[in-house]
This record gives sequence, C-alpha cells and structure tokens, in this order.
Amino acid sequence: MMPTEPLMISACTLVNALGRGTRACFDALEEARGGLRPCDFEDADLDTWIGRVDGLEDEPVIAELASFDCRNNRLAQLGLRQDGFLDHVAEVRARHGAVRIGVFIGTSTSGALQTELAYRHRDPVTGALPADFSYFGTQNAMSVAEFTRRFLSLDGPVMSVSTACSSSAKAFASAYRHIKAGLCDAAVVGGVDSLCFSTLYGFSSLGLVSDRPCRPWDAERSGMNIGEGAGFALLEKSNGGEAGVALLGYGESSDAYHMSSPHPEGAGAAAAMKSALAMAGVTADAIDYINLHGTGTRANDASEDRAVMKVFGGGTPCSATKGWTGHTLGAAGITELLFALGSIERGFIPGTLNSERLDPALSARVLFRNRAAPVRCVLSNAFGFGGSNCSLVLGAVS
Amino acid sequence: MKSVHVDAVGLAGPGMASWQDSLAVLADEGAYRAGESPRCASKLLPANERRRVSATVRLALQVAEEAMAQSSLDIDSVCSVFATCHGDTEIVNRICVALTEPEHPVSPTQFHNSVHNAAAGYWAIAAHSPMPSTTVCAYHASFVAGLMEAVAQLQVEARPVLLVAYDYPAPDPLAASVGAFAPFAVAMVLSPDATPRSTRLRIATVSGQPVQGMNCGELERLRVSNPAACGLPLLRVLATGASGRVILPHVNGLQLAVDVETG
Repeated sequence: MMPTEPLMISACTLVNALGRGTRACFDALEEARGGLRPCDFEDADLDTWIGRVDGLEDEPVIAELASFDCRNNRLAQLGLRQDGFLDHVAEVRARHGAVRIGVFIGTSTSGALQTELAYRHRDPVTGALPADFSYFGTQNAMSVAEFTRRFLSLDGPVMSVSTACSSSAKAFASAYRHIKAGLCDAAVVGGVDSLCFSTLYGFSSLGLVSDRPCRPWDAERSGMNIGEGAGFALLEKSNGGEAGVALLGYGESSDAYHMSSPHPEGAGAAAAMKSALAMAGVTADAIDYINLHGTGTRANDASEDRAVMKVFGGGTPCSATKGWTGHTLGAAGITELLFALGSIERGFIPGTLNSERLDPALSARVLFRNRAAPVRCVLSNAFGFGGSNCSLVLGAVS
Repeated sequence: MKSVHVDAVGLAGPGMASWQDSLAVLADEGAYRAGESPRCASKLLPANERRRVSATVRLALQVAEEAMAQSSLDIDSVCSVFATCHGDTEIVNRICVALTEPEHPVSPTQFHNSVHNAAAGYWAIAAHSPMPSTTVCAYHASFVAGLMEAVAQLQVEARPVLLVAYDYPAPDPLAASVGAFAPFAVAMVLSPDATPRSTRLRIATVSGQPVQGMNCGELERLRVSNPAACGLPLLRVLATGASGRVILPHVNGLQLAVDVETG
C-alpha cells in the first residue's frame, strides 16, 4: 500500500491496573511500579496474578444508561471520564456534528461477567435466567460500543470490533478506513475488556496463566496474567499545521494456522508489521521502539521474537509492558499503543517489568530496564486467537 | 457515493439452501416456504478442524465457501469482514454452565472457539488465507456495519473483500433474552473493480428515508429477527437482476442507501 496522509490522535485516555488517566499510567511506567496483585477477583479460586481496576464495584453507569450497567461498561465510563476526554469529544462534536463522528470499540468479552453471574441464579425449576438480565446491554459484543456512543451523544457509524486480543488495535484500522472513505470525519476509537470468569478459567484451562507476575522474554517465563483496562482515543484529520502524534499506518494479517497457538515462525505477525511499515512509508530503521504483544507465554513470545527478527533484525529496542497491567485482552491494543504514545511524549522506553534473565533462545533486542531516549516513531503489536494480527505505527509530527 | 461491485453471493437460510436456490423465492416472494433450515458443512476445513467447529461456524463457512466457489477471484487473495450480532451462543451457554460447576471445567477448545472471530479464524485456516480479516458487531444492523466496513476497505485499500454475515439461534436459557429466530447467513464477494459477472452497487449514508421490508410474512420475520438477514431487501433486488434502491437501517437513525445498477 502507498503511504497515505496520517490521522492525528488529538486526545486520549486510559484506565487499567496502573490507575486512572494517562498521567497515572505513564508515571507508573516511568517509575517501574507495576499494578499486578494475587488474584482477588470475586470468588475466583486460581493461583495467579491479575491486573484489576479498583473501585468498579462502587461506580455504576449513569441512570439514563442503567440497562447497560455491568463491569465492562463501568470500566468504559471510568475511562471516558479521565484526561478531559469528554471535553475533547464535545469540542469535536461541535465542530463536525454528532452524525459525522464514528465510534469503533474493540472488546473481546464485553459484559460476559453479567451472563456468568446470571447463570448462578437460574430458576431452579425452569432454568430461566433472572428477569433483570440485560443481554443486549451487557453480554452482547456491541454493548460497550453502544454504551460509549450514547454516553458521548454521538450519531455516526458505530460498531464493536471483536477479534480477541487484537480487537482494539483493529478498531484503529476500521476507524482510519471509515474516515478516509468519507463515512465520518472523526472517530472515537476505544478498547475495553474487564475481568470475568470465562477468561480467567479459560486461559487457565489452556495452561497459559502464570502463578506469578508475567515475565515476557525471560528464560523462566511461565505464562500470562489476565488484566482489565479501558482506553479511548480521538482520531481526526490533520488541519495541516499542528504538532502531535499521528497514526501513520496499520498492518493486518491472518495466521491461517491454529485457533489459539501462534504460527511458530511468526509468519502472520511479520506480515502485519511489514504492511504497517509500508503504509506508514517508513523503513524498519525508522522505528525507535517496538511495544511487543509480549504476553509471557512460551509459544507467543518465541513466535513474536522470530517475527521481529525477520522484519527488524536484532537492533531495534523492544519491550513488553504486560508485566505492569496484565494482558487486558481486547483492550491491549489501544492500551499499549497509548503506552507507546507516552514513550514519545516523555522520551523514554519502558523496560519489561519482572523479567530478569533473557531467554537465550530469543534474539530480539528486548529491554528489561527503562531507558531514557528520544522516541519519534513506534510500532505496537497486538495478536489474538483465531490468528488475528494487527500492528500499528505511531509517529510524532511537527 | 461509493461504488463497489458484487462478484458472487452465497446464502443459507430456512427453505434456501444456496444463493442459486433462493433466487426464485427472493424474486417472487409468493413462492417462499420457510421449511427446514439447511444442514451446513465446510468442505474446505481440514478433517481435524472440522470436528471441532460448531453449527454457527459451519453456517458461516458454508456461505463463504459457496460465494468463493462462484467468484472469479482467488480464494487466498480476498480480505474478509465477518459480521455477527450474537456470535456463538451455544458455546457461551456451555462455558457459563461449566462455570457454575465445581472446579469450573471450561473446555480449552470451547474457550478458544468462544471468541467472536472464531468463524473468521476457521475461514483463514480453511482458505489458507493470510489476508487481513476482521469481525464486527452492531446489534441488528451487524450486516449493515459489516457492509460499511467492507466498503471502507474497498475504498481505502482497493482490494477485494469477502463479507460474511451470519447469526445462529441461541439455546435455552439464553434464547429468552436473545430472541427466537431461524439461522441465516449471507456472503458477498465485493470487488473494487468490475468483474465478468459483477453487479455495481453505489452506497451512501442517508437518514430519514423509508425502509423497505419483505412482502412475505415469513421472510419479513426473518429480516427483523435475524441480524444477518437485515440485508434481505438488497438480496431481493440482486436476485431479480433489475436496478433498484434499498435503504438499510443502522442502529441509531443512520441509514445506508444502496443503489443496485445493472447493465
């Protein structure tokens, strides 16, 4: 693909185990303070660590959207209320009109927790779910996108993108295309996934969760930690003059290999990175930092390492930030893209928290400790079940 | 106004085993009898994977395979957009039941099949396709959102796209919340350029236009109950081979106006 005009990220916000708002998150990254804790989610009985967001139990969604009340939409609401994001959206809405602003939200499990809890309270005779169970407001994959659209009073194209752990990275690609195709003038891009029993026990059944904080690229790594998070960004056309950070390119591919195991040589991941670079119109050596998908499972890290070596060789600084937040699943794409944005804004490359001894079988230049460095152009990876791969390139523009 | 070309179609629904099979009843709805839902299967998926897939995935793969078999384009050269409102409720049900049992015995296979993009993942494996694929949801406008995403891809990336919309009925106890409907799926191979047998569509966003329903009561029930079937009025125009305009509603007052142009 030919390089095309970038779209600006004119506002953004984050909530995850590191705290509320981008500042809390970037501070925690810079100070190497992680957010993981031993699993204390509801009554889950699992020997693992999780990245949980405090306070969701006490902050229901606004009364007008009560039928959407569930952990996932509470997390979305909490995210939307940070970083002055609502004011930025109001300003863009006034400029373009509500009907010209799209909403593209990535989620893997949406409000699945609500269904899991409803199944605990089935009618003992009929098996029916409780009368107050709101399927369309919670469980359905669209719930979080529609909640977000209504919370922000927007009327443009709206969709959930649900491709497992690449969801919110791919939401950026969909938003970009809708703006470029003229279907909207600006977009709210988001990613929201919250803790639930399906993912905790499901990833556990696959033998992929670690009984300690995850250690991507470590020789002793033993799996991932499940986290939760919300991230939102405003994506807009450049008005020509402003400095800031822009989405320069995206690359997507399919592994066509296996539903839950990555391609051992990282073929799909490499294809996604190459096509993101091509669209951004930059060569591999222009990338100052790669935020890896880096889940900390043996197979995922090995596959991604081969892919990075194929596209970049061993010179480009990389790190995985899931040791801070856990794997926020469908929110991982935007969470880590915005961490990379923080890296540009603050001039540092985060290390790989918890990792101590580099796996000698892996070759990418993965940093374990934070490093101060000027960062202008970054690539962020997000890969998911179903062999769904997405890489994004962000760059400072001035 | 965006211009795209429909190169081939696949379809499965009650009383409609394939696109070819549905042409007569879509063109003359008086002849429609709902009848049995088709038994769907994937011919392309390797045997070891075929055993693992649910009825929902088989429904999606059948129409995708039918459309690609009729297409003039190479199967591994098209990107794909999957659109489903409900995903795989049978698997959601099984996992939620397992979570209420002691030890929470969630099956690893069911867990990885529970993702909304399960059909897309199996499609890539079946088609040996490394091309980009996405999966979207927009309630009862999921087909419309999928079509918009496909149109945006065609405009921006200028590569052919396979659009697959599918929804399969939910089991109890979810059915009471999800709503009852018959299984339905449609696939369209869309190309940025005209192909030997293609029909041109011009697509624009509008609002406040009257939305056409289906004339036959049973087809109208299918249109309003199964999110994958909300494009039936468009399929009716394509089946007749005539020109015409259809208005497809999105979730929030937004609409897609689709002009079918023949000749």
